[in-house]
Amino acid sequence: MPTPIHTPSTLHSGRHTTATLTPNPTSSNPTMASTDQQLVLLDFWVSPFGQRVRIALAEKSLPYEYVEEDLLAGKSDRLLSSNPVHKKIPVLLHGDRPVNESLIILQYLDEAFPDAPSLLPPSDPYARAQARFWADYVDKKVYDCGSRLWKLKGEPQLQARAEMVEILKTLEAELGEKEFFGGEHGFGFVDAALAPFSAWLPSYERYGEFKVAEVAPGIAAWVERVGKRDSVAKSLYAPDKVYDFIGVLKKKYGIE
Amino acid sequence: MAGSGELKLLGVWTSPYVIRVRVVLNLKSLPYEYVEENLGSKSALLLGSNPVHKSVPVLLHGGRPVNESQVIVQYIDEVWAGTGPSVLPADPYERAVARFWAAYVDDKVGSAWQVMLFTCKTEEERAEAVSRAVAALETLEGALADCSGGKAFFGGESIGFVDVVLGGYLGWFGAVDKMIGRRLIDPARMPLLAKWEERFRAAEAAKGVVPDDADKMLEFLRTLLAWSASKSK
Repeated sequence: MPTPIHTPSTLHSGRHTTATLTPNPTSSNPTMASTDQQLVLLDFWVSPFGQRVRIALAEKSLPYEYVEEDLLAGKSDRLLSSNPVHKKIPVLLHGDRPVNESLIILQYLDEAFPDAPSLLPPSDPYARAQARFWADYVDKKVYDCGSRLWKLKGEPQLQARAEMVEILKTLEAELGEKEFFGGEHGFGFVDAALAPFSAWLPSYERYGEFKVAEVAPGIAAWVERVGKRDSVAKSLYAPDKVYDFIGVLKKKYGIE
Repeated sequence: MAGSGELKLLGVWTSPYVIRVRVVLNLKSLPYEYVEENLGSKSALLLGSNPVHKSVPVLLHGGRPVNESQVIVQYIDEVWAGTGPSVLPADPYERAVARFWAAYVDDKVGSAWQVMLFTCKTEEERAEAVSRAVAALETLEGALADCSGGKAFFGGESIGFVDVVLGGYLGWFGAVDKMIGRRLIDPARMPLLAKWEERFRAAEAAKGVVPDDADKMLEFLRTLLAWSASKSK
C-alpha cells in the first residue's frame, strides 16, 4: 500500500493553546454554513474513525485543513472545546461549527454538500436504511472485538477470535457478489465505514491467528479492491504501522 | 402517495427502541399492524427479518424489513417526508446535532439502563449504573436548554428525533424510580427535563405507547429475569 501524503513525522502538532473559543456544539448558529466556509478536520493519524472522514472528503474532492492531534501527548484546547462531551477525534469544523462522531460527519458531508458525490444512495430510502444498518453493525462490532483480540489472552482472546471470524463472515454474506457494499451506488457509506479497518485486519490476523483470506475470502477481495481506491490509499497507513501503534498502546496500558 | 405496501411492526411493549418507532408512526398518523413478540420465544418472522441481531423493533414495509430503531425512525421520516411533522430538522447542521444527541442517549443512558435493570449482579452495580444515567441526564438537561431554544421539545415546537429517542425510556424510568425510591429525572436538579417528560407523555403521539404503569413494568422485568435465569442453568 502506498504511503499516504501525511506521515506522522511531517504533520505539525495540533496542540493549540489559543484562547479562541469554538461555540458550544449544541448551539444553533443562525447563519447557515455555506459550502464556501472552511473545513478543518481534527484527527489522529492512525484513527480508523478519522480515516473515514478523510476518505469521505477525498471522495467528495472537498479541500480541508488537516490538524493532527497528538493524542498520546494530550488534547488541544480546540479539541476539548469542539467536542466537550466526548473529547474525541474526529471533529469536523465547518466554518467554526463542530460536527462530531465519524458516521454523523459522513452524513453531514452528504447533506451539506449536495452537489458532491454522496456516500449514502441519495434517492432510495430503503437502500439508505440498509447502508445505515450495516455501518452501525461495523461500528458496534469491529473495533471493540478487534481490541479484545490484542488486549486479552487465553479463553477470552479465543472468544474474541471466534467473534471476529463471525463478524467477517457476516460482512462477507452481506457483500455477496457486489463490488462494494454500496452495490449499484458504487463505493458508499458502508465501504467508507469499514475501509479503514482493512489496515487493522493484518494485526487482528496476527493476534487471533487466523487468515481473512481463509475465513472470509470475499472480504479479503474487497479489501484489495478498496485499497486501490485513491481516497482510501491516501488516507490509510501501512498495516505494520498499525501493528506498531498497537504495540505502543499495549505498553501504555501496561498490557503484555 | 408515499411508500406503497403495508406496515407491520414487531415489538415488545416495554422496549424503548420499539416505543420510539411507535411514537413516530403516530406522529405521522401512519396505520400499521403491531405484533407483540415474546422474547422467550421469538417468532420465525422476527428471526428471519433480523437474523443479525434477532431483536425488536423490526419494521416490515411491504414485507421488507428495516432494523435498528434509529435507522427505522429515519427511514419513516424519509419515506413519508411530506406526511405530518418531520422528525429530523431540515438543516444539515441541526440534523448532525440531533443525531449526535440521539447517539449520546443510546450510548450513555441506554448502556446504564441495561445494567441497572437487566445485567447488574449486585446493588452496588445497580447504584453505579444509576449514577451514570443521572450524569448523562444532567448533560441532556443542558442539551435541552440549547436545542429547544426555550421551546417545548429538543426538536423545538414539535417532537423530534432526540425527543423520541429519549422518550422511549420514560416508561422504564418510572419503574426504576419506584425501585430506587427516588426520581432519575429529579425536578430539583433537572427542571427542564422534568417538564419535558410531562409534555412528552401528554403528547397525542405518545398516548398508549409510552407505558405509565410502573408496577406492570416491574412485573415484566421479574418475568424476563426469571426466564433469563432459567435459560442459563
